[in-house]
Amino acid sequence: MHSKRQRLRGFVCAGLLLAPLAGYTDPPAARQAELMHLLRHDCGSCHGMTRKGGLGPALLPETLAARTDEQLVLAVLDGRPGTPMPPWRGLLTEAETVWLIEALRAGDGL
Amino acid sequence: MTPATPRTLYRYPAIVLFLMLTAALSSAIADCQVRGTGDLGIVIERASGSVQVVDTTARRSLFHIAGLGDLSHASAVFSRDGRYAYVFGRDGGLSKLDILCGELVQRVVQAGNSIGGAISQDGTLIAVSNYEPGGVKVFSAETLDLVADLPAVYNENQPSKVVGLVDAPGLRFVYSLYDAGEIRIANFENVKSPAVQIFPDVGRQPYDALITPDGKYYIAGLFGEDGLALLDLWKPEAGVRRIVNDYGRGDKKLPVYKMPHLEGWAVANEHSYLPAVGQHRILVARNGDWTLVDRIAVHGQPVFAVARPDGRQVWVNFAVPDNDTVQVIDTESRKIIKTLKPGKGVLHMEFTPRGEQVWISVRDADEVQIYDTRTLEKVTTLPAEKPSGIFFTARANKIGL
Repeated sequence: MHSKRQRLRGFVCAGLLLAPLAGYTDPPAARQAELMHLLRHDCGSCHGMTRKGGLGPALLPETLAARTDEQLVLAVLDGRPGTPMPPWRGLLTEAETVWLIEALRAGDGL
Repeated sequence: MTPATPRTLYRYPAIVLFLMLTAALSSAIADCQVRGTGDLGIVIERASGSVQVVDTTARRSLFHIAGLGDLSHASAVFSRDGRYAYVFGRDGGLSKLDILCGELVQRVVQAGNSIGGAISQDGTLIAVSNYEPGGVKVFSAETLDLVADLPAVYNENQPSKVVGLVDAPGLRFVYSLYDAGEIRIANFENVKSPAVQIFPDVGRQPYDALITPDGKYYIAGLFGEDGLALLDLWKPEAGVRRIVNDYGRGDKKLPVYKMPHLEGWAVANEHSYLPAVGQHRILVARNGDWTLVDRIAVHGQPVFAVARPDGRQVWVNFAVPDNDTVQVIDTESRKIIKTLKPGKGVLHMEFTPRGEQVWISVRDADEVQIYDTRTLEKVTTLPAEKPSGIFFTARANKIGL
């Protein structure tokens, strides 16, 4: 888990989002709770509270396995044009998005 | 038995037995209410897979019913006698509840992933629209046995998600295919062999739909473009036409963090009030010719715009991050007369049958708030675990609800 987390951060920072590596620290505990709440209820309104999908696709570890970290982080931050997936940039920081993708990959909170 | 035996002595055990039996019987049915259901309803508790049966006169909870599965996106219809609620869950579950006895009568998991349902004009059929696999399944309202399976495939074998399922007069169900951009009418006059009529190319990504209270017009909202698709069910041969086109007028589309809902029909003062998609506006269209007469600026991306039953007010709630707010529009002036802050996670609003109160679910506060629609003041609150949809039995007698 730890090494995966390092890998994801390194990838996102170096390859794509050009933010300083040091920027991606875990959100504070209170914010983590808010993010899990958002994941369950707000993401859940399209992707299902149990992440099995709805109007949007399933967000289970096995369904996400087909996507790269880069694709997932950008899908969340910038949305997916032509679909109802909105850009969450502005409501979520890059660090928070990385943390959420890690949570989804790990199946946290399921 | 001798004449010397006093009558009371031999009668006594019989009376005791009778009393015991009566007590046993009455305790067995003690949990069922003997009353009408016209002022009852249910509140969905989305996170715990349960519902509360509520009394809108006493403003209290009567029963708590659990075991309904994933209710993250749930809706309900009622049997025409108002006794049974049919709850459609996200996990494809269809649950039949007896709201007088507070019990789950039956539950079938009919698909992998569903979005909503409808009850037929005669109350005998329950239709469920599904995302995964796409299509509509129709069940006996009495037994929940499968009656018909209507796949939603287009371009030969591509499956489509089905949205905006409503009942229409003439034992019809009408629904839209999100991926295919189609509207379909399934006619169940012959239950054994339903006839399906297809209207292709209605517009990009119909995301939800409604039917007018008279059952005449079916209107699908489009996510993929500015406008709505209208089908006149009195003249289906005339085909689908587009209305309220270009309502965004080239304005930048704002992100939509929760899809609007068109369930329920905000018809008020000869106009219809509809949530815009990607605009922080309520669209006002003239009924009949469907011209856009106003675009009312509101607090955020509207989700529901629902009219008080008399049509004098329209209440609006909003998507994330503005879902702590409710606004009230006066339909005579078309102005916002009140901005309420019930708390984070306002998910749904339901009026009592004649509209003196509105019940509002406030998810993050774990409560349902009840407002007086004349004073616009909060009357009371009821505890509920992550409440979402609120459905009152008055829906049993309305086309399309």
